[in-house]
Amino acid sequence: MLLLLLILLPFIGAIAAACMPAHARNREAWFAAAIALSGLLITLSQFAVVSEGSILRYEIAWLPAYDLNLIFRMDGLAWLFTVLIQGICLLVVLYARYYMSPKDPVPRFFAFLLAFMGAMQGVVLSGNLIQLVMFWELTSLTSFLLIGYWHHRPDARRGARMAFTVTSIGGLCLLIGVLLLGHIAGSYDLDKVLLAGEVIRTHAWYLPTLILIALGALTKSAQFPFHFWLPHAMAAPTPVSAYLHSATMVKAGIFLLMRLWPVLAGTPEWTWIIGTAGVCTMLIGAFLAIFQHDLKGLLAYSTISHLGLITCLLGIGTPLAMVAAIFHTLNHATFKASLFMAVGIIDHETGSRDMRTLSGLRRVLPYTATLAIVASAAMAGVPLLNGFLSKEMFFAEALLVGSASNWWMSAAAVLMAIFGVAYSLRFIQVFFGPLQSGDNSTPHEPPRWMRFPVELLVLCCLIVGILPELSIGLLLGAAAQSVLGDAIPEYSLAIWHGVNLPLVMSVLAFGGGVVFYRWLVARCNLKLRDNVPLLHRLNGKEAYETTMLLLAAGAARLERWLGTRRLQPQLVILILLGISAALLMLWYLPTTLSALQFTPINLPFALLWLVGCSCAIAAAWQAKYHRLAALILVGGTGIVTSLTFLWLSAPDVALTQLMVETVTTILLLLGLRWLPARISARKLNLVATSRDKLRRIRDLSLAITAGVVLTLVSYIILIQPENQTISLFFLEKSLPEGGGSNVVNVLLVDFRNLDTLGEITVLSIVALTVYALLRRFRPAPESMRIPPQQTNPVDPASSQLPGEQAATGYLQVPAVYLRLLLPIIIVVAIYFFMRGHNLPGGGFIAGLIFAVALIIQYMLAGTAWVEARLKLQPHRWISIGLGLATLSGMGAWLFGYPFLTTHTAHVTLPLLGELHLPSAFVFDLGVFAVVVGTTMLILIALAHQAVRSHRIPGQSNEYRAQQEQK
Amino acid sequence: MELILALAIGILFGSGVWLVLRPRSFQVITGLLLLSYAVNLFIFITGRVHINKPPLTLPEQAATAMQYADPLPQGLVLTAIVIGFATTALYLVVLLGSRGLTGTDHVDGKEREHDE
Repeated sequence: MLLLLLILLPFIGAIAAACMPAHARNREAWFAAAIALSGLLITLSQFAVVSEGSILRYEIAWLPAYDLNLIFRMDGLAWLFTVLIQGICLLVVLYARYYMSPKDPVPRFFAFLLAFMGAMQGVVLSGNLIQLVMFWELTSLTSFLLIGYWHHRPDARRGARMAFTVTSIGGLCLLIGVLLLGHIAGSYDLDKVLLAGEVIRTHAWYLPTLILIALGALTKSAQFPFHFWLPHAMAAPTPVSAYLHSATMVKAGIFLLMRLWPVLAGTPEWTWIIGTAGVCTMLIGAFLAIFQHDLKGLLAYSTISHLGLITCLLGIGTPLAMVAAIFHTLNHATFKASLFMAVGIIDHETGSRDMRTLSGLRRVLPYTATLAIVASAAMAGVPLLNGFLSKEMFFAEALLVGSASNWWMSAAAVLMAIFGVAYSLRFIQVFFGPLQSGDNSTPHEPPRWMRFPVELLVLCCLIVGILPELSIGLLLGAAAQSVLGDAIPEYSLAIWHGVNLPLVMSVLAFGGGVVFYRWLVARCNLKLRDNVPLLHRLNGKEAYETTMLLLAAGAARLERWLGTRRLQPQLVILILLGISAALLMLWYLPTTLSALQFTPINLPFALLWLVGCSCAIAAAWQAKYHRLAALILVGGTGIVTSLTFLWLSAPDVALTQLMVETVTTILLLLGLRWLPARISARKLNLVATSRDKLRRIRDLSLAITAGVVLTLVSYIILIQPENQTISLFFLEKSLPEGGGSNVVNVLLVDFRNLDTLGEITVLSIVALTVYALLRRFRPAPESMRIPPQQTNPVDPASSQLPGEQAATGYLQVPAVYLRLLLPIIIVVAIYFFMRGHNLPGGGFIAGLIFAVALIIQYMLAGTAWVEARLKLQPHRWISIGLGLATLSGMGAWLFGYPFLTTHTAHVTLPLLGELHLPSAFVFDLGVFAVVVGTTMLILIALAHQAVRSHRIPGQSNEYRAQQEQK
Repeated sequence: MELILALAIGILFGSGVWLVLRPRSFQVITGLLLLSYAVNLFIFITGRVHINKPPLTLPEQAATAMQYADPLPQGLVLTAIVIGFATTALYLVVLLGSRGLTGTDHVDGKEREHDE
């Protein structure tokens, strides 16, 4: 339970931090520090349990059927990393309080930082491989946000994008690797996987699994050849660099390798892949670090080099190397975090991080200088500091690699140490020499508490360096035991082991480093060099950029080849695909002639469809130049379709079709007003080119083929005997369990009411979209004018002002009849609604009838008249309807049933008698309200466009003036 | 009956396809209307032809499948019709807006040379 709290606390904190006001720097920092501190205290309190070698475990059922549960587990290694993550986070928060400028949006910073901490905790504490990858990706995402924190700077954006691309590609590889691993081990549970080491190493898939997991870990830990993203990630604020690149983000890869060490390590493949990457990285990183001019750049490459060292140790694969790797991970985190913070202080005080211009800072920043010098001594591996101890261990292990005659590894180790001494010297150079006095302001020591984290970390370096066994022995033992099991090798954490080969190597490295640095300064002119000797061609960044450019260009080319923005080719492809799918269906259809069924031909029905088909063909022919005629013809087909539904025993569908037909026709009529007239080609003397004719022939043949194919498919379906579907279930259960005898309605509001809920939601969204689109509607300039029909003096409305129309109405005589008709139609709508559950009707139909009743009023009495009398708020109807439908569904929860369960009650009222009251009734009421709301919203919004154009002083006023003159 | 229905669906579909392939946006909207009739009818006839057998299971009758038309396609078609109305409205508004913005009623927002 405490483990879950450890993970949740940072995420909850992140949300809370994001909600704080922008300038609350102190409050934010206190809050974030409190979160980190409480996490740290929880972790520390668990040490007694963990140090005994037992594993804390907390499991939540997630997908138990797939043996996939959320497991949080903490052993010695996880404990150590947790302390590291939270401890450094605490210090970074304190430091960031002073580092961040009041102008920076701090809530974002602390929210991201806490979220990142949570993600890291998740990686470290996951007891399930899939879950680990999930948190792994989350660290990529949050680090992207942190690196790109100053998103107004292009280098920050580029660095963030690069880091994210590289690490997330690695994450993808890791996911595949982990899936393979889980498959081999038979479970994703880490404890079970760790027991299956032998099976995994001998499995045929071992190599691909290893490569994929290694890719994930190496990209994350910035190992060669993926190291290039880390220096560019230095565009982040310094506290972020101090956190991500010393203790957390880049250590995630290391952590993963340590975690899976018991199952993956110990084979030649492991040593070759991991070891080689480590050696290359530590040499290249250390060498490149010497030639940086930016302080943070130097630290970045030195980080790469140290990570390479750890990876190399892991690659060596002996238990002692493992202990050394854990030890160096800790040491590196302490001295590198303090160095980053020191650089941040320098940057903050002098405004520069360029080693070419900075010098003599010892005079103005004495404390910071001392601290940084001690920390960089630890980085170089000076005795009495923690870096020395783990480096000695590394030397000892390097000597053991290969046979006694193979000195390559030892040579590489010494070379790396020489470079390390050289860049450490380069780093501390900024504190010596004359003080640069170009700026107006002299730098001065930072506030007490900004320096405090650096002091504390440097103190740790010293304590561990002087009293290793006392300070760190216990923790290291616990962590090593959790990885190595009971096979912990004998090791001693002491400063003095007597004169032996590692000591000789250390001495060699120091001497060599100092000489090499002197030589570089004398011969190579470090300050003026713009590129790195020998290695400047090895530019990972350029390779990355080239790859990205090639990818983008390739994608663009593919899009040009395979895609089109024109609608017609897309539709042609779509229809061709549809036709081929139908043909495929015909191919496989078994036609057993024995069971075919026919219904006798009915002459009126045939005549009906003669009309319907003629209408459709005529509409297809006329739709270009005679829009109104085409609309009427399509309407004819619609009526025939509706009658067909009625004929073929679907009264509900028929009613719906009829009402929708009415509403659609009115909708399109309203739209027609905004489409300028088309002048036929004959009048313009345009002659169709042969290309046009060809296209027409192609389309016509396509249309005929599509029609013929669908005819065939329909005919074959129709003459097949009816097969058993789930319909029988609906027919049987509708009355006894749904409480209604109209099966179609019960289907809509009861059996499949989740679908219906979705549907009315879509309806509402569409209506709102239409409304929003029309608010910004700009009609075509040709149709801005009021159409001639509306200015004709025969039409009384042409001389009416909106106010007058509101008083008297538009067509007065029909309007009187319609006013009488309104309550009648409303009663009809209510009738259809009420009986819907048992007889044809229901929410959809009643809603449409109601809407039509209102639309008729609009049409004959005029918009102004109706709206002066009726405040119809379609938005409200929609929201009330959706609310009712959802609430009626949620009501089922009160009785302990799943969402949208219905119930039918029969209530006996004194006057009305027995009343049929299903809860689906409320749902249907919601449907009704939504249908009325959407229909009215769409139509009124469109109609108002015409009204709006009248408000522009137009011809009607001129016409009035003429009238008055007469 | 089956033949008439199949022919009707084919003719509506063919007319719709022809219109949908035209370059003018109003032709496309009428094409979509015709296509939706054809497709709705097609879904509907998967329940086969039933005359005078509406799926109303009134209490006095015992429920056997042979007595009634298939209610499932009916329910599906009913919702399809209403959704069809909504998409038609959306398409119409986009059509009008596109006409106002681009100055042409070509579906691609720009005229091709030598177009119909």
